[in-house]
Amino acid sequence: MILERQVPIPRGTTTEPTWVRRTIIGIGLVFVTLFVVIPLATVLISAFSHGVAAYGRAISDPHALRALKLTLIAAAIAVPLNLVFGVAAAWAIARFRFPGRALLVTLIDLPLAVSPVIAGMVFVLLFGAHGLIGPWLSAHGVKVIFALPGIVLATTFVTVPYVARELIPLMEAQGHEEEEAALVLGASPWQMFRRVTLPKIKWGLLYGVVLCTARALGEFGAVSVVSGNIRGRTSTLPLHVEILYNEYEYQAAFAVASLLVIIGIASLIARRVIARRKEAVS
Amino acid sequence: MTISVRSIKKQFGTFRALDGVSLDVPAGELVALLGPSGSGKTTLLRILSGLEQPDAGITLLDGNDLAAQSARQRNVGLVFQHYALFRHLDVFENVAFALRVRKRPEAEVRARVTELLQLVQLEGLGRRLPSQLSGGQRQRIALARALAAQPRVLLLDEPFGALDAQVRAELRSWLRRLHDEIQLTTVFVTHDQDEAFEVADRVVIMNHGKIEQVGSPTEVFEHPANDFVMRFLGHVNVLEARFEDGRARVGSVSIPVDRGGEIDGPGRIYVRPHEVDVVRHPGNGAIAARVVRVTPLGAGLKIELTAPALGSSLRADVDWERGSALALRDGDDVYLSVRRARVFAEAA
Repeated sequence: MILERQVPIPRGTTTEPTWVRRTIIGIGLVFVTLFVVIPLATVLISAFSHGVAAYGRAISDPHALRALKLTLIAAAIAVPLNLVFGVAAAWAIARFRFPGRALLVTLIDLPLAVSPVIAGMVFVLLFGAHGLIGPWLSAHGVKVIFALPGIVLATTFVTVPYVARELIPLMEAQGHEEEEAALVLGASPWQMFRRVTLPKIKWGLLYGVVLCTARALGEFGAVSVVSGNIRGRTSTLPLHVEILYNEYEYQAAFAVASLLVIIGIASLIARRVIARRKEAVS
Repeated sequence: MTISVRSIKKQFGTFRALDGVSLDVPAGELVALLGPSGSGKTTLLRILSGLEQPDAGITLLDGNDLAAQSARQRNVGLVFQHYALFRHLDVFENVAFALRVRKRPEAEVRARVTELLQLVQLEGLGRRLPSQLSGGQRQRIALARALAAQPRVLLLDEPFGALDAQVRAELRSWLRRLHDEIQLTTVFVTHDQDEAFEVADRVVIMNHGKIEQVGSPTEVFEHPANDFVMRFLGHVNVLEARFEDGRARVGSVSIPVDRGGEIDGPGRIYVRPHEVDVVRHPGNGAIAARVVRVTPLGAGLKIELTAPALGSSLRADVDWERGSALALRDGDDVYLSVRRARVFAEAA
């Protein structure tokens, strides 16, 4: 007893010394402040540097509104496309073993691996005036490059991974038994999907859609290449910011940029909320 | 409904899951598919349910070929090993599922689900989610769900596999009573011999995608068709032997065997531990042995012995009364005699 009491209580092996903890936390805080908080704060401060009225003018400018509309249209087409593709691809990959399965998994990740500018150039090479099928399309009155279809294509391409990547591990972990049970209980394939699969993957799907939407609204590189960036006609919000910036209209550029920041923060909050629901369910 | 399968074959890649299986299950019977893992019993169940297609062979329900019917058209009740309850639906909607997808009127759904929840003794839990139930409760809900649409046959895959021992024992006898009540042709898969014997009318013993033996629990235990069944059903002492004149020579000892005259030359004899007698003093035909270890086991004692004359160690099971009369301790010298030794022609 006496011996035991004389031995000093050892520091828990999982607890770092105080100075180590403070240093690590300090590095984290300084980094986030320098590279995230200050730039974002600058955007908002600059946006309002000429007052609220100037901010209002900048974001209600017809070209800005046109850019916002174009951005939303592109996202409204690209996101549902990727929703359907993502569910189908995740289903196929999680449920079946087929030739080319590994290739499909790799290809889904491809848009994350290549620079968006390259992606844009691929579409120009395909659909441009001197591209592979561009001349044929323009002969039939279809304009892809420097027009909405090109923007939608580029946006769809860069947002391919988000829904599928969210769903593949989820569906693999959940297994197929509930679906089999539904079939044996007399459900049609559609009833099985609607009543069993969809509720199971609901939160993961929503999470993927939020990521996909945020990316679709913010995409710059690929869209910049295919759209030609024609002010008021083919410029999306991020492109419009660049135009304003190049024209030394800093306050207006930051005002429009603040819209993108707000969208970004909103999607972050949505992600947090959904992630919590997702965990609560699974 | 009678179930018949004829020459069913099923291969997964290079693995032969079923290799020509034929079986008849008469209406109202409860049959256990018993075998080690990988013996094909679950595959057979999945083929009956329509979740797998056989490579060859036919499945019949009351004489009608099932090949053209998908899983959803067959109307069989299937209880999965891990229940596969719908995690986002409460107990009531889980049980109601088969009726909902058939678009039955609300009043009928309510009446049927209430009746089933009573049958499985879980009325009052309708609004719980599966995650809020114990293992035994989930099991019974899975059964109620499978019965909802009045299935033609009931199939159960390791129904008690994931439960602890006491709940298992209760559910076994409950399932047997339930079957006697509803009289539904039932096939259940298990790797547990006690479970199969306690619940089933007949036991189908499977191994490597083939049926080794079909019979009542007593038949297969008392008259195993081959050495696999003998070894699979409970512990058995297997002794290398040489057959001569209807007797088996094991080491320096000669032992009379069943059907001994049919075999000559080298082979094996099979002796159940409860068919080995242990005595303190030498007698007619007794074999000298030494006690290695005595362990209490259920209703008796398990005695591990070495017998130099047999060139082997073996196990004897005696009841408590006999055990306490012997008062054995590790290392004691004893004598044993074999009451019954079996031989199998295939093993010789």
